[in-house]
Amino acid sequence: MTEAEIRALQAKEKAQAPVPAEGTRPGLVFSPAVDIFETEKELTLLADMPGVKADDLTIDLRDNVLTLDGEVKLPEVSDEEIVFQEYRTGKYSRQFNLTEMIDQSKIDAELKDGVLRLTLPKAEAAKPRKIKVKAS
Amino acid sequence: MLVRRISNWPNFRSSYDELDRMRWEMDKLFEGLTRGFYKESGAGVFPLVNMTESKDSFIVQAETPGIKSDDIDISVTHDSISISGERKIPAEKEEAKYHRREREAGKFSRIVSLPGQVDTDKAEATCVDGILTVILPKAEVSKPKQITVK
Repeated sequence: MTEAEIRALQAKEKAQAPVPAEGTRPGLVFSPAVDIFETEKELTLLADMPGVKADDLTIDLRDNVLTLDGEVKLPEVSDEEIVFQEYRTGKYSRQFNLTEMIDQSKIDAELKDGVLRLTLPKAEAAKPRKIKVKAS
Repeated sequence: MLVRRISNWPNFRSSYDELDRMRWEMDKLFEGLTRGFYKESGAGVFPLVNMTESKDSFIVQAETPGIKSDDIDISVTHDSISISGERKIPAEKEEAKYHRREREAGKFSRIVSLPGQVDTDKAEATCVDGILTVILPKAEVSKPKQITVK
């Protein structure tokens, strides 16, 4: 790709997540931007969650529903005054219905520079099997 | 007249000024609603920036998930900061079939004016967990000074 072909990145306000139930603690909940792709062996999910530490991220998979929850901890005491604010901070939360069978024991998650990379290996039964058509 | 002067109102004379007065009042009202809460500067240029101020410095923060420190260039003058770079999303295996593609890659470049003078030599930047933080210590002239009343 040449220099000119790389397009300019657009500023986007984070989308607020549709929350099924309100949290008891007040605060904003955002829906992280994700990339999801699959190969024959696995399903991979990448999610932008800036400000989330590995310890504050929970990933849950049950009944084929994948739930991502990331807390952003703000410093409690601060003598700083806001000059201006263009983005807001809060939790991240998003759910997906998985149609593939996932091998739960081999799920791998990595959080780096605010991006989660979640690898969900397909269960043996869900992997496509090539079927040869015999000529009669 | 006295009331107006005390409450810091401009002195409106003719009926033409009445419109001006109403606009000024509306501005005041909205300013009061948004003050210190969520002021959108509406620059709309990546990266979106939050700026705070402490006694000694200005703190500029931006969300830059997935951008490596090496791919961010920051330069500071005495009254502005420029943030530029490129967000790269490495290509995945060729066989990968995408279900969703919401994350975007691209170049960015932005200048933010600072509300006061800073000491450029002491500016520091860190990038942790996808959040860029630049601490810009105020120059002596911008620091608040305590004056004792004699």
